[in-house]
Amino acid sequence: MPEDASKLVNINIDGQDYKVPAGMNMVDAASYCGVEIPHYCYHPKLTVAGNCRMCLVEMGTPMRDRSTGEPVLDENGVQKIGWMPKPAIACASNATPGLHIRTNSDLTKACRTGVMEFLLVNHPLDCPICDQAGECRLQEFATDYGRGYSRFVEEKNVKPKRTVLGPRVILDDERCILCSRCVRFTEEIDENPVLGFTQRGSHSTLTCYPGQELDSNYSLNTVDICPVGALTSTDFRFKMRVWFLKPVNSICTESSAGVNTEVWSREGKIYRITPRRNDAVNDTWMADSGRALYKQVEAESRMKLPRISGNQVSLAEAIERAAELIKSGPTAYVASGKLSVEEQFLLGKLAKVKPGSVYFVDHSREGDSRLISEDATPNLRGGLVTGLISELPGERLDALADALKAGEVKTVVSFGENLINAGIGPELLKKTDLVYLGTHRNDTTDLARVLIPTLTVFEKAGSFINRQFRLQRFLQAVPGLAGLLPDVVVLTRILGDISGDKTPDPSMTELWAEIAQAIPALKDLSFAKIGDSGVELDGSAYDNLPFHEKPGWHYEPKLEPATTSGSSF
Amino acid sequence: MIQKLPVQERRIVYKHVDEEGYTNDIECYLKNGGYEVMKKAYQAQPEDLRQEVLNSGLKGRGGAGFPTGMKWKFVDHKSGKPIYLICNADESEPGTFKDRQLIYQDPHQLIEGMMISAFANNCAQAFIYIRGEFINGARILENAIEEARAKNFLGDDVLGSGYSCEITVCRGAGAYICGEETGLIESLEGKRGYPRVKPPYFPAVLGLYQCPTIVNNVETLCQVKHVIDMGGDEFAKIGVKGDSGTHIWGVSGHVQRPGYYEIEAGACTFGDLLHDFCGGPLPGRQFKALIPGGSSTKVLKWGEKFKVKHPNDGQEYEWGVEDIPLDAISIGLCGTFLGTGGSIVMDDSTDMLEALANLNAFYGHESCGQCTPCREGSLWLEKLSGRMTSGKARPEDVPLLKDIADQVAGRTICAHGEAVAWPVQSAVPKFQDEYLDKISKQASGQRYNPAGYPLI
Ligand SMILES: Cc1cc2nc3c(=O)[nH]c(=O)nc-3n(C[C@H](O)[C@H](O)[C@H](O)COP(=O)(O)O)c2cc1C
Ligand code: SF4
Ligand code: SF4
Ligand code: FES
Repeated sequence: MPEDASKLVNINIDGQDYKVPAGMNMVDAASYCGVEIPHYCYHPKLTVAGNCRMCLVEMGTPMRDRSTGEPVLDENGVQKIGWMPKPAIACASNATPGLHIRTNSDLTKACRTGVMEFLLVNHPLDCPICDQAGECRLQEFATDYGRGYSRFVEEKNVKPKRTVLGPRVILDDERCILCSRCVRFTEEIDENPVLGFTQRGSHSTLTCYPGQELDSNYSLNTVDICPVGALTSTDFRFKMRVWFLKPVNSICTESSAGVNTEVWSREGKIYRITPRRNDAVNDTWMADSGRALYKQVEAESRMKLPRISGNQVSLAEAIERAAELIKSGPTAYVASGKLSVEEQFLLGKLAKVKPGSVYFVDHSREGDSRLISEDATPNLRGGLVTGLISELPGERLDALADALKAGEVKTVVSFGENLINAGIGPELLKKTDLVYLGTHRNDTTDLARVLIPTLTVFEKAGSFINRQFRLQRFLQAVPGLAGLLPDVVVLTRILGDISGDKTPDPSMTELWAEIAQAIPALKDLSFAKIGDSGVELDGSAYDNLPFHEKPGWHYEPKLEPATTSGSSF
Repeated sequence: MIQKLPVQERRIVYKHVDEEGYTNDIECYLKNGGYEVMKKAYQAQPEDLRQEVLNSGLKGRGGAGFPTGMKWKFVDHKSGKPIYLICNADESEPGTFKDRQLIYQDPHQLIEGMMISAFANNCAQAFIYIRGEFINGARILENAIEEARAKNFLGDDVLGSGYSCEITVCRGAGAYICGEETGLIESLEGKRGYPRVKPPYFPAVLGLYQCPTIVNNVETLCQVKHVIDMGGDEFAKIGVKGDSGTHIWGVSGHVQRPGYYEIEAGACTFGDLLHDFCGGPLPGRQFKALIPGGSSTKVLKWGEKFKVKHPNDGQEYEWGVEDIPLDAISIGLCGTFLGTGGSIVMDDSTDMLEALANLNAFYGHESCGQCTPCREGSLWLEKLSGRMTSGKARPEDVPLLKDIADQVAGRTICAHGEAVAWPVQSAVPKFQDEYLDKISKQASGQRYNPAGYPLI
């Protein structure tokens, strides 16, 4: 419970007194007190529609004399409660001092049974083939509050079963319970109203406005918030029963917004990514494009085999050769905000053991003023906090190219950066001892002396510092490709080879013990302490840097943003 | 207290309805003293006019019977936002046809009433939301507005008073639910006519365009003119305590002379209305059931007895349907409502299950579909009673009808839920024997014909 008691009010649920934050929506307030008020249409991030009526409860307020305004007391001197004659919806009330509700009275129970029965009379009950089954509010509340049998013998309404609303969303109108969450989302959050109802009464049908499509890059949020299986993701549709899927907390790498996600997998295969609520970062939302990123795990261009000069070798051989090249040098390192804090930390160590310049590559592009920021990497600020860089990077590596030409650098270690894109031509690269650690093939990878395939964000753990200087962690959702190791292990082994001081592969806990000691901004922290909702760091030391990010959801730049380069990512 | 008065109409708002030679143009209205009350009203202070209406005890004539002066009192005058006045001319409740005569035959009375009400409430703009089917009605009103504007009875600086107000006519698209005041407001804003959730969207505070708004029925606004004319206290003397003024009874169904009758509240009984005004039942028939005030009010059954203790005189009465005095208080004591005064009379040739199925079909069709109990309950009732009347009824369907209705009433966003439920909740206990009789006859292959009249 929050410490600040001045903002708490007393309410009473089923005869129990509780303290809750003043003004909290009663559905949330009850849940805060551990009491479930079943609901469909209420969503904490949308306006109140009050249409499903599932949250009906008995409600009463302390009685006051109408003429004098004085409290009306009972024989014990306690203020009487005036119970409303009709049940009221909890979602349209906020916590006020002395508010009483009854969530387990006969009337409340009868209301729920009634609403459940009504919601099911025209429902197709096609749970066996419905994607939502297993995470469906209709199933859950029918079990908890339903009658258990049907009294409905009439014919059910017939509605369109597969309406394509847009490129990524398909609607089954028969399953729709008309809660209007999706409609409100498109109006209030996406500000792109394309959904609405046609027809009337129980024949009401959700549809797109004529000539419009639900094609916004946020369209899949409607699928998330649909309490039933009416809105389905074209990508996920009919692919997997959700109860087989295991969710793992992760962070979206699409941009420096650091959207909190859940990655859902079964037997090492990812089936979908959904947003995870974080009211300080992304609320309950996520862009569609970020959800598709799991496809990079099995992408055709994914690199699977370590190579030396194009020939397949074992990972141990590749690591050994890489260490030799780095050691012989002179060496430079190229990285970016794509690396995790832990990886950046180890890169910092490497650059101390074998000194060489560390270059960062800028990956800025157009943002969407929401959850896709102008920075296409998740962890540029990690580079600042770990001390790898002290200024914002440019897009081109001209200084490195000059150093290579001048023979001042012989070995370049690229951490997933396409150096050709960054202005180091193929001819120059061919003359360079290039060590490349990365996940996917590109122009540069073909020219690497040593190629060490690494793991995607889904196959490893770590942390990123987002545009708000919020440190957030991601966990491993699926096992890495056979024969490959997490980047932090590869880096530790290279470090060991070079220094001759071989240490065991570190766990995140061990790594963080070291990080917390070495980096003042991260002192007192541990991987566990980052927790599921992240930790806000003090970024004031960097207030004077002209970051590329423009205002977005939960983000205001401290300075006027630098113009974005517009290069694609 | 209830004395038998010589039965006569007392026409106030209907004074000129069907009057020989009376036309709906402004010249005729002016010849009959039109706009004089308004001129007088504009000399007064708005708050004094509001006080007169409060004193008059006038109750809304749109069905809910909410005291008009009280409704006006709730209006937020401090917000700094414009205040809107809306005339509800959606008249869609089955059995109701009283506003129609006012609009078609005496539109200037409405405009005068509105301009007085708008002035009294400092309204910046007024609207008339008229049901889509009243195409001619909308034309008549628009024409009347132009006539009134030409004479500066509305528009800018009305009659040099410094007060300006426009009246705009807006046609509905044929949905009953747009008569519900917040559904109406949404529709007026150009959206689907979805009634709003109250709280927080009470029109008096957050109405049209989130501004304070007054919604009043056509007849209510016409009555306001007479309240201001007579003075609130004088008006309150008409009718009975708790229900002042007159009511227009629009009688339809199985009577000799269906029609509309304006009668002082409490001045006579349903018996007087149906026999003396309406000429009694059709030849050879007997009254069986009465829906007193529009289709959503609870049905009454001949033969029922109502034991009541009247709050006005403290006396106890035992009334049959025909003894109930025609005022909101007395009718309320009998478990139903005066509503809109649209009385639907059914005689013994009526198959009560068919009658119920007809109403269920209406409400199933008109539910806006927003909230679960009304949306699903109303269509279920429609489907269920539809099946029951097509020869496939089961005895257990009868209690099921009532169970469904019980799950609707009191649990919805707007009073359409009650409109769905009340006919069923009242009819099933009263007519279930007849329903069961029909079901058993049908089950044994017999034709069902309650009173044996030739089927037409
Ligand atoms: C389903 C429904 C339909 C309604 N239809 C009408 C109507 O057609 N005309 C009307 O004046 N009031 C109608 N009302 C009542 C209005 O909501 C509102 O109470 C009325 O317009 C207020 O006017 P009054 O105070 O002058 O009676 C309806 C109410 C409901 C619940
Ligand atoms: S599609 Fe889903 S979210 Fe949209 S109204 Fe229907 S049930 Fe609600
Ligand atoms: S009660 Fe019926 S008409 Fe009223 S809002 Fe609910 S569904 Fe619509
Ligand atoms: S959650 Fe309150 S009405 Fe739907």
